[in-house]
Amino acid sequence: MNKQEFLGELRNKLKGLPPEDVDNRVSFYEEMINDRMDEGKSEEEAITEIGTVDEVVNEIAKDTPLTKLVKEKVKPKRSLRAWEIVLIVLGFPLWFPLLLTAFILMLVAYILLWVLVIVSYVTELALIVAAIGGIALFFIELFHGDFSMLYLGMSLTALGGSMLLSFGCYGATKLSVYLSKKMINGIKYSIIRKGRN
Amino acid sequence: MDAQLRRGVLDVCVLAAIKNEDSYGYKIIKDLKPILELSESTLYTILKRLEEGKMLIVRSVEFEGRLRKYYHITDLGHKRIEDFKSEWKEMMGIYSFIVEENRYE
Repeated sequence: MNKQEFLGELRNKLKGLPPEDVDNRVSFYEEMINDRMDEGKSEEEAITEIGTVDEVVNEIAKDTPLTKLVKEKVKPKRSLRAWEIVLIVLGFPLWFPLLLTAFILMLVAYILLWVLVIVSYVTELALIVAAIGGIALFFIELFHGDFSMLYLGMSLTALGGSMLLSFGCYGATKLSVYLSKKMINGIKYSIIRKGRN
Repeated sequence: MDAQLRRGVLDVCVLAAIKNEDSYGYKIIKDLKPILELSESTLYTILKRLEEGKMLIVRSVEFEGRLRKYYHITDLGHKRIEDFKSEWKEMMGIYSFIVEENRYE
């Protein structure tokens, strides 16, 4: 891949950024390649050092706030004509539910990510309560009933389970944080690449 | 390293790289290479942030028939370095307090 191809592809895959940002980014990378070539590196070598276009786009996605991307995406390219405004207003019953559905689907995906965390913490809490309750019943039964050892055993089992599960809670939280970061980054990456329709 | 901390340190590193003379993107990366590996896009973000914070200004200078961007530190940039130094003097005091063992023996 030569310099022009690299820069052309980069420009193409940054469509979702504001135009002046695209120019700045592309000229920055152009200068980086030129400076490496001035040092005696070949065009090929210089580009290999920078990385692949996809790597660069991914890094840029990480650096760019989601709000900026969304703002750029919804910004109209030109002022709307009268009939377009009429169409948008008349089409409201059609596009609004669609937009709402898309939004709700994303929200559901996000909640699903955290369900694992919530379930593990609730289970943990239940086990701890069971352990304490079991101990209490053990003392009551000790003097009055026949099942004291059963309660003690149950209590200890619950206690052991809760200790084991605490690792699970920690793992589930870490996993959810990781996945939600990935999800947001994925959304940003695809907005940057596709740009405005 | 904590992201917030890393960001602050990187900003000051880049300022330090242009402290004595104006420099350009690739040279900054090369100068910082012995102490940290900086990717192009990270540098871009840092330079942009510093420019918005008025800690440096950008000049386009003609170089071998093309334009090259040179970064020039401002008074605010110098001040940021000095602030960093005094903040870290305090930090180093805390650090030695933490690592100092057998304090109470």
